[in-house]
Amino acid sequence: MAPEPPLLTMSGITKSFPGVRALDGVDLEVQAGEVHCLLGQNGAGKSTLIKVLAGAHQPDGGEITWRGEAVALKSPIAAMRLGIATIYQELDLVEGLSVAENVFLGHEPTTAGIVVRGGTARTAAAGLLKRLGHPEIDPSRLVGDLSAAQQQIVSMARALSHEVRLIVMDEPSAALDPDEVDNLFRIVGDLTADGVAVVYISHRLEEIRRIGDRVTVLKDGRAVAVGLPAKSTPTRDVVALMTGRNVEYVFPERPAAGAAAGREPVLRVEGLTRQGEFAPVDLELRPGEIVGLAGLVGSGRSEILETVYGARRADAGRVLVDGTVLRPGSVRAAVRAGIGLAPEERKAQGLLMLESVTRNVSISTLSRFSRSGWLDHRAERAAAQQATRELSLRPDNPDARIRTLSGGNQQKAVLARWLLRGCKVLLLDEPTRGVDVGARAELYAVIRRLADEGLAVLLVSSEVPEVLGLADRVLVLREGSVVHTADARELDEHRVLDLVMEGS
Amino acid sequence: MTQPATPAQQDAPMPAAKSAPDKGGSRRPLGLRLDVRNLSLLGVLAVLVAVGGITKPDEFLATSNLQLVLTQASVIGVVTVGMTFVITSGGIDLSVGAIVALASVWATTVATQEYGFTGILFTAVIVGVGCGLVNGLLIAYGRMVPFIATLAMLASARGLALQITDGKTQIVTVDSVLDLGIRDAYILGIPPLVLVFAAVTVIGWLVLGRTTFGRRTVAVGGNAEAARLAGIDVRRQRLYLYLLSGLCCGIAAFMLIVLAGSGQNTNGNLYELDAIAAAIIGGTLLSGGRGTIVGSVLGVLVFTTITNIFALNNLESAVQQIAKGAIIVAAVLVQHRTLRGGDA
Repeated sequence: MAPEPPLLTMSGITKSFPGVRALDGVDLEVQAGEVHCLLGQNGAGKSTLIKVLAGAHQPDGGEITWRGEAVALKSPIAAMRLGIATIYQELDLVEGLSVAENVFLGHEPTTAGIVVRGGTARTAAAGLLKRLGHPEIDPSRLVGDLSAAQQQIVSMARALSHEVRLIVMDEPSAALDPDEVDNLFRIVGDLTADGVAVVYISHRLEEIRRIGDRVTVLKDGRAVAVGLPAKSTPTRDVVALMTGRNVEYVFPERPAAGAAAGREPVLRVEGLTRQGEFAPVDLELRPGEIVGLAGLVGSGRSEILETVYGARRADAGRVLVDGTVLRPGSVRAAVRAGIGLAPEERKAQGLLMLESVTRNVSISTLSRFSRSGWLDHRAERAAAQQATRELSLRPDNPDARIRTLSGGNQQKAVLARWLLRGCKVLLLDEPTRGVDVGARAELYAVIRRLADEGLAVLLVSSEVPEVLGLADRVLVLREGSVVHTADARELDEHRVLDLVMEGS
Repeated sequence: MTQPATPAQQDAPMPAAKSAPDKGGSRRPLGLRLDVRNLSLLGVLAVLVAVGGITKPDEFLATSNLQLVLTQASVIGVVTVGMTFVITSGGIDLSVGAIVALASVWATTVATQEYGFTGILFTAVIVGVGCGLVNGLLIAYGRMVPFIATLAMLASARGLALQITDGKTQIVTVDSVLDLGIRDAYILGIPPLVLVFAAVTVIGWLVLGRTTFGRRTVAVGGNAEAARLAGIDVRRQRLYLYLLSGLCCGIAAFMLIVLAGSGQNTNGNLYELDAIAAAIIGGTLLSGGRGTIVGSVLGVLVFTTITNIFALNNLESAVQQIAKGAIIVAAVLVQHRTLRGGDA
C-alpha cells in the first residue's frame, strides 16, 4: 500500500433519523489524487454520507480519520477548514449576489477585516474561473443570470477558493450537456493531478468508467463493496451489488394477470408532453390496475404525475377520464373528474400540518358536509373517522393533530381524503417516502385493496423493488422518455436498473 | 346540541375510543390552547379594568366612559375582523386605514350626501369593496405579493382621499346619519355602532369557524400548495378574502362618519398597524393557518382600554405607544411558550 496514510478514512459510520437507519456502519477510504465513485440506489445512504463528510450531519457513531488523525466534523466550517468542499446537486448559491461575491461568501478578502476588497475578489474569482476553463464568466455578473452549467462552475470555483484537498461532487453531470460534461472531466483530471481527491456521485455508469479510479457501493446504509476498481469491474457485478435489498418487503397478492384487461380504461393519457421534462407519454389505466413508473430522479416521473393531475400544464397531449377530456392545467378539473393525488412531498404539498386528521381528510369534500356554506362538523368528523378506520389509521382519533402521526399514518390520511371523495384514479408519488419499513407492508396492502375495490392506481417510486412488487404493469423512464413497458412479473430489478442507467 | 365551543373546534361528544395521545394535556389541544390564550387575554383585560378602576374610580367605570371605550373599539374592531381573515389566509392588508379614509371622504362629498343615509352607506361600502377587489385581483390573479399590492393601495387610496377633500374636513349634514351617534339612539344603553361591531364579530366568528369559506381560508393559510392540490381554488379564495377586508373597511368608514360627523382624508391613520397588532396578540398566526376572531376582538379591547386609561390619567401618548409595544412583545412571547409547551 501507499506509504502515506489515506487522505480520508471513515469507518463504521452510523446515523439514524426517526424511523430510519440511514447509515448502518459505512466504511469509506479515499486516497489523495484519486476519483472515488460512490454508487447506490436512492435511499442507500449516499446523501447522508456526504452530509456527514461535509459536517452538515453529525454521525451517531463511527470514526473519521483525516490524514492519519482522528477528527470530528462538527460543522460545515470545520469540514471546510480541513479542506473538504462539497458541491451539492441543488446548488447553494445566492442568486442576488455576483459571481465573485458568491465565490468568496463567508471568507471575503478584506482590508482590516471590515471593508471587502471587491477588486481583489473579482481578480481572484476570474483566476479560478479561468482555471476551470470558463474565462467567459464575468465575476461581476449576478449568479441568477447564469445558466445552470455556469452556476455549477461558480459552485466549483467557490470550492476551490479554499485550500481544498477533497471535493465531493453530488451528481455534477445531471444538469450538463455532453460537451460541458467533457469540460467537467477535464477539471476533475486537473484537480487529481494536483493531488486533490474527488468523491464523485453519479448514476451514469459510463461516466464512472471514464473518470473513476475506485468505487464504493452503498446499499441499505452499508458499504457492500469498498474500493472496487472502477474501470474493470463488470457492470453486471456493480448492479448486482446495488440490488437485492436485504429488507424483505411483503407485497400483497396480485390478481391474476390480465384480470383488468377486459375493462374499459378509466384514465387515458395521450401524447402528454412538457418541454424539457418528458417526451410524449401515452398510457391507459383500467379500474383495478396498478401501473408503476420506474426511473431515476430527474427522469420525469413526478412531472408526469403532476401534469396528469393538472398541477403542471402540458405543452401538448391530453388526459381523459372515462372518455372525457380534462381541461389542461386545472387541478380542480382533475379532482372533479375523479382523480386524486398523494404528492411526493407529503408535508409540503399534501397536509395541513397545524390541523386535525378530520380536517386533513375532509378538505377535498367540504361541500358534502355543508349546506349553503355552513359546515356540519359532526357529519364531517364521522365521515372522516369512517374513512380513516377503513384504512386502519392509528390513532383512531379524528381529532388528533396530523403532525403527531407517523409518516405511514399521515399517508393514510391523504389516501383517506381521496377515499372519502370517492375518486376513481389515484396518483401516488413516492407513497412510502418517510414511512418506516414495518409500516410499508401495511400501506402496500391498503393500496392493493383499494385497487381490488375498483380504483385505478398510478404509482411512482424511486425504489425499484417497490414498483415491481406492487404494480401490475411497469413503464420504465429514462431522461423523460418511456424506454420500456412490461408486465411487472416479466421484469426484475437488474433489468430495470440496466434500463434506467444505460438505456440498453 | 350543535353549539360550538370555540370558533376552531366543535365540542361534540366523542362516540367511542378517545384515549388519544395526551400530548397537549387535552384530546383536542388546538381547541384548548385557543381557550387558554383567550383566557390570558381576558386576564390582561381584567387587570386593565382593575387599573382603570383604581386610578380613576369615578371616571373609568362610569357608563358613559364604558360606552365610549366600546364605541372607539368598534371602528377598529370591524377592520380587525377583516384583517384576521386575511392574516389567517397567510396574507396581509396594509391598505385598511387608507381604504377607510377614502371610503369616508367619498361617502361624505356634497354630491353623495344628496342621496342621504342610503347614499352615504352605499358609497362607503362600495368604495371599500372596490378597493378590496383591486387588492384581490392584483394578489390572486396578478400574482403580486400581498405586502406590496396593499402597500400600493395604501399610497394611492390616501392620495385619492386627499385629492377628493383637498385636505378639508367634509361635514355631514344628513341628520339620519348623525342621529345614529347620539345618546337617544342607544338601545338598552348600547350605542348602535357597538351593536354593528358585535354583529360583525359574531358573523365573522361563525364564518371562520363554521363555514366552508372559513375552512378554506385556514387551509390556504396553513399550506397553500396542499390546498391547491386538494382541489381548492386558492386564487378565488384569496380574491374573496381581500374583498371581505375591503367590505369591513367600508363598514368601518361608515361608522367613523357617524362617530365624527364628518369625513376626512386623515381618517383611519395607522389602522393597519392597530388591526395587525390586535390580531397578532389575539393569537392569529402572522404566517397564516390559524386565526381567531374572539382573540382579535379581545386584542382590540385591550388596546382601546389602554388608550382610555392613559387618556384619563393624562399620560402622554408617547408612554401609551411604549406600553402598546411592550404588550405586543409580551403577548407573542407568551404564545410561543404555550405553543412550544403543547407541541413538544
